[in-house]
Amino acid sequence: MNGADCLVQSLEREGVEAVFAYPGGASMELHQSLTRSKKIRTILPRQEQGGGFMAHGYARATGKAGVCMATSGPGATNLVTCIADAYMDSIPLVVITGQVYQQFIGKSAFQETDFFGMTLPVVKHSYLVLEAEDLPGIVREAFYLAETGRPGPVVIDIPKDVQQALFKPVFSSEEMRMAGYKLDKPKATDEELKEVLKLIEKAKKPVLYTGGGIISGNAHEELLTFAELSGLPVTHTLMGLGVFDPAHPQSLYWYGMHGTVAGNWAVCESDLLICAGARFDDRITGKVDQFAQEAYVIHFDVDQSEHNKNVFANFPIQTDVKYALGRLSELAKETGFKKPNLKEWHASTAKWKQDYPFTYTKGKHLTAQEAIEALYEESEGEAIITTGVGQHQMWAAQYYKFKEPRTYISSLGLGTMGFGYPAAVGVKVARPDKEVIDIDGDGSFLMNVQELATAKIEKINAKCLLLNNQHLGMVVQWEDRFYKSVRGHTILCDPDNLGGPDNLDAVYPDFIKICEGFGVKARRVSKREELRDGIREMLETDEPFLLEVIVPYTEHVLPMIPQGKSAKEILTE
Amino acid sequence: MKHVISVLVENKFGVLARIAGMFSGRGFNIDTLNVGPTVDPSRSRITTTLNGDDKALEQCVKQLHKLIDVIDIKTYVGTEAVGRELILLKVAANSENRIEVTHICDIFRSKIVNVSADSMIIEVTGNENKVKAFLELIEPFGVTEMARTGTVALSRRS
Repeated sequence: MNGADCLVQSLEREGVEAVFAYPGGASMELHQSLTRSKKIRTILPRQEQGGGFMAHGYARATGKAGVCMATSGPGATNLVTCIADAYMDSIPLVVITGQVYQQFIGKSAFQETDFFGMTLPVVKHSYLVLEAEDLPGIVREAFYLAETGRPGPVVIDIPKDVQQALFKPVFSSEEMRMAGYKLDKPKATDEELKEVLKLIEKAKKPVLYTGGGIISGNAHEELLTFAELSGLPVTHTLMGLGVFDPAHPQSLYWYGMHGTVAGNWAVCESDLLICAGARFDDRITGKVDQFAQEAYVIHFDVDQSEHNKNVFANFPIQTDVKYALGRLSELAKETGFKKPNLKEWHASTAKWKQDYPFTYTKGKHLTAQEAIEALYEESEGEAIITTGVGQHQMWAAQYYKFKEPRTYISSLGLGTMGFGYPAAVGVKVARPDKEVIDIDGDGSFLMNVQELATAKIEKINAKCLLLNNQHLGMVVQWEDRFYKSVRGHTILCDPDNLGGPDNLDAVYPDFIKICEGFGVKARRVSKREELRDGIREMLETDEPFLLEVIVPYTEHVLPMIPQGKSAKEILTE
Repeated sequence: MKHVISVLVENKFGVLARIAGMFSGRGFNIDTLNVGPTVDPSRSRITTTLNGDDKALEQCVKQLHKLIDVIDIKTYVGTEAVGRELILLKVAANSENRIEVTHICDIFRSKIVNVSADSMIIEVTGNENKVKAFLELIEPFGVTEMARTGTVALSRRS
């Protein structure tokens, strides 16, 4: 067989069901082989970045590595954002790119870029395949690296001569061996965990701060058990949305720049902060030296480089978080752990929860918040939600309540606009049983609008709730608060004739017509009384559907901790 | 503070770029970097000196560990390890001061490896202090060119 067939067989051996791939000169050999695969569905995005985010959505919905593929040069460079995104959010991705013939490498050949070099800072690992014989081993390693430990993106760049080389591949199923990569999960010791339990027993204001590591480590059940056993309030990051049911009495839901007041204040005032699978991002800490000043910090993480990176941890523990939380519960039972008396602490957090819920004012016009709340109710909270980046992304996290992992899928670390719809397509491929809805803004949606074609032609039933405010809402919000409302290129329609709920004729572009061009069903609503009916129509439609809701641009996401401020300075109006 | 970091890596395509890129991408301030083969041809040793506090060293080592091609890392301070650097320098020495330069070379057990009418090339090997002392004495004669390997180091322990 040739190298391309060998690659495809290797993918099949890894259990790959779907590949998001856009062909070109240096990768068409791979596509020829894909046409011969009976196990792999190849989905053609309409731009490589769309394919990358589909693979990303697929990976986040399943926990398995998503696979995307592109040709050399511009095909590959269009994937760079997806790779950086997966690196930031620790998402398993295997990115396969065609490369020019080895004899042309370094010669500025047609569609040549040094993709290996270009992606070095944003990959967990990468390969330039020089010998076809190496392909089976490299593919196996790539999937292993992408999915284990702290997951991340792995690039495999394959020159065309390697794809065409004829040889007899050897597929190994021996145990993996990599001198520089620990194959065993790191595990906290019982001594460390007993010490943690002792610290909890003595704590007066403890908080569990969890994040995306709980999802990638599949540890939400262990988290629930341990949280109930210890009685600790639980808050989490946006990456951790869905790890802990917001209806649970111990839940403070998510915290950070636009998170709950209760979560932010609880962490701020805590005397013991137990971080599990999160990384003290600046959108979480605010001003670092004022972050949880009184707290003794315990930090569980599988990646030891996160310890003391942003915030000093008094007690850093490198461990698989599922193991640590599970073992903590076992040890608590074995050692007669005494639940600390947190009556006063719970009273404080309960009061904050009650005094400062996520809230908005119902005015003359239908707002984004209202639309999301209605979607939550109409879909009974059962949909998987993807988002673009901006205000709608925050509102989706505030008003659609996420109670299960892998149901809020969003570009959080990198914050890539245009993520939402292709991600939704990828999620729907992985989870055809679930309703998958991209809650998007007009700015973000337009960045990858071409993927409507993928959804239509491939019959992938991904929906979009498009909250159209004709502006880049989050930047507008900052302009309003910190830049005297000077609009620095944040208007997406005609600045002299602003589209909006009061001026529907000026709304630009006409998304309904765009959808019509793509053959995708769409509907616009702008009035409160039309909203529920529109949502129901979207949910009942058994094909891609876009529901556009015209909303005012004047709404701000609240609460808000301004950049560089502490949680105490949170703005609620 | 100066830290010597000795990194054992897979002798693979791009490994130096990964390490150098990590240093620049994460803002570590390195003084020297040396790469060479080891007794095992499948592995190389990269020795680097980092200028920074203990916190920077800790982060740097952890970030290095994350690279898949990094097999082992050792860090040294003070006399735990033997550290050496080799320097070649061209000194503008002529018949008038050649003897004086040669005399300094003798004291430092360095070698004169080339002589021409108005310059000579000196090879000097030693730890940081010796090299520094030698350079202080030789610079007044006029150093026109210099090439340094950067520190290489091995632990004293077996």
